[in-house]
Amino acid sequence: MRTFRAVCTAVIGLAGAFSIGCGGGSSSSTKTNVIATTGQNVAPIVVNSGPANNYANGAFTSVTVCIPGTSTCQTVDGMLVDTGSSGLRIVSSVLTIALPQQKAPSGNPVAECLQFLGSYTWGPVQTADVQIGGEKAAGTPLQVLSDTEFTAPTACSNGFPPANTVANLGANGILGVGPAAQDCGISCEQVQTGGFNLYYQCSSSTSCQPVAETLAQQVINPVALFPEDNNGVVIELPAVSGSAATLTGSLVFGIGTQSNNALGSATIFGIDPSSLSFTTSYQGTPYHGSFIDSGSNGYFILDSGIVPSLPDCPNTPTDSVAAGFYCPTSTQTFSAINQGTNGASGTVNFSIANAETLFTSTTDTVFSELGGPSILGSGSTTVQPYFDWGLPFFYGHNVYTAIESASTPGGNGPYWAY
Amino acid sequence: MVEQRGNSIHLKMLVMAAALIIGAAPTPAWASLGGDTASVQADQIHLQGRRTMTAADSYTVHEIQGTSGTVVREYVSSEGNVFGIAWQGPWVPDMRQLLGSYFDQYARANQAKTGARIRRGPVLINEPGLVVQIGGHPRAFAGRAYVPGMLPSGVRAKSIQ
Repeated sequence: MRTFRAVCTAVIGLAGAFSIGCGGGSSSSTKTNVIATTGQNVAPIVVNSGPANNYANGAFTSVTVCIPGTSTCQTVDGMLVDTGSSGLRIVSSVLTIALPQQKAPSGNPVAECLQFLGSYTWGPVQTADVQIGGEKAAGTPLQVLSDTEFTAPTACSNGFPPANTVANLGANGILGVGPAAQDCGISCEQVQTGGFNLYYQCSSSTSCQPVAETLAQQVINPVALFPEDNNGVVIELPAVSGSAATLTGSLVFGIGTQSNNALGSATIFGIDPSSLSFTTSYQGTPYHGSFIDSGSNGYFILDSGIVPSLPDCPNTPTDSVAAGFYCPTSTQTFSAINQGTNGASGTVNFSIANAETLFTSTTDTVFSELGGPSILGSGSTTVQPYFDWGLPFFYGHNVYTAIESASTPGGNGPYWAY
Repeated sequence: MVEQRGNSIHLKMLVMAAALIIGAAPTPAWASLGGDTASVQADQIHLQGRRTMTAADSYTVHEIQGTSGTVVREYVSSEGNVFGIAWQGPWVPDMRQLLGSYFDQYARANQAKTGARIRRGPVLINEPGLVVQIGGHPRAFAGRAYVPGMLPSGVRAKSIQ
């Protein structure tokens, strides 16, 4: 019931003056989210197999980059829309224009190493005027993914494989529109002698040393640099029953800044500004360090030790097609409660199906019931399982991601709302 | 960033909670998982951290608070062997330092391609001699590693947290 009410009020809010009867109290499981399709603050999203034809539950859009102050531009499609990271990253092999290189105070070029789960990106920091939909972010620092100009330091890879090519990234780049503004933040304003460093200056192609990087120099969520509609994004994708070949929706810029991005009565979930996470409770147990992430391609939750009905898929030399996902014998339904740091809470109902069965389809790329184990997250004080609400969560929910410190009609970011 | 003191969930099985601060001393420069207590000191120096110790029934937890917001907890058996490591922080810590001689096995497992489709989710390495799990997202990662055959009798893997 709570879910139904929230959906109804969200529909009214997003439709503006539109009147929809929602007060009857009759139960319904139908989800209907209104998707904005017009406006300067709207960019289309498609969920498909991506430019490398190897993606499941990947949401892609197009980004135009221009040499700053010029009309020399290139539009790059197949950019993964990722609310789990911040900043624009483009694989160098798809770039056909030469963007200016960022320099450290020493005059040496700056390169960056960013850790993702199970991979890293490496390459020079360059600057572009960025256009997405009708919005423009001038002079945006971004990362060009390449290991040809500069060799990645061993501290960068840290045992992970690179995600520097279209094939191993599964995308032409990443559009990070998460709740952080910069990808690193204040910790990168000084070199971390005992910790991980993201930014390097390179005195030669094979010699890069950690360097301090001001907030203004850091790779940044380009939305934060838009002159307007710059306080966050809304990802709008329709509900999916089971699986589908493709799905289209919208990436809407700004929260409460235009008639097409009002919060309406979406529930706002405050998140911890340091760990960018909230709490999800399942069967009475709180799982801290949980998060909503369009760049995760399934519901990554709990583990089979907690939910015996969710065995891991096989991972053997002859059978690893769905390794890392769940393979229940029949589709399992779940109910969990998200809790914001602001006290807001809301129930989420979802299902997880057998991933090996899902992946037998040669045409489907949209899987609303794809899940896998999370095992570990950054809990309040210990390492424990968490809920990673990946892209399937977005199907049928308009999800708002407010940028840290940004002002919105629902209060300052960071928060998620849906 | 992370306050460990008074965490009853984590400490409830501890029979002794006397914590002491250990100053950095000259130590061997390498190894941790599978190493001895001296290797914990090496990690402490590498992380430039502050270390506290708490004792449980059959093991001792050495917690290193790094200067860059990373917390590492190393689980040392009563025989003095590091059988498990848990950590959390904004970024993945230096795995070569923490995994020591197990790093190459870990890196090989990471390189092994599984599945025809891209998977963007937690790292799950589950080999007979090494388990490594890493989760989270940029600015908030967490993980743990342990050697199943080194767990002291009666200690469950989930205790490594």
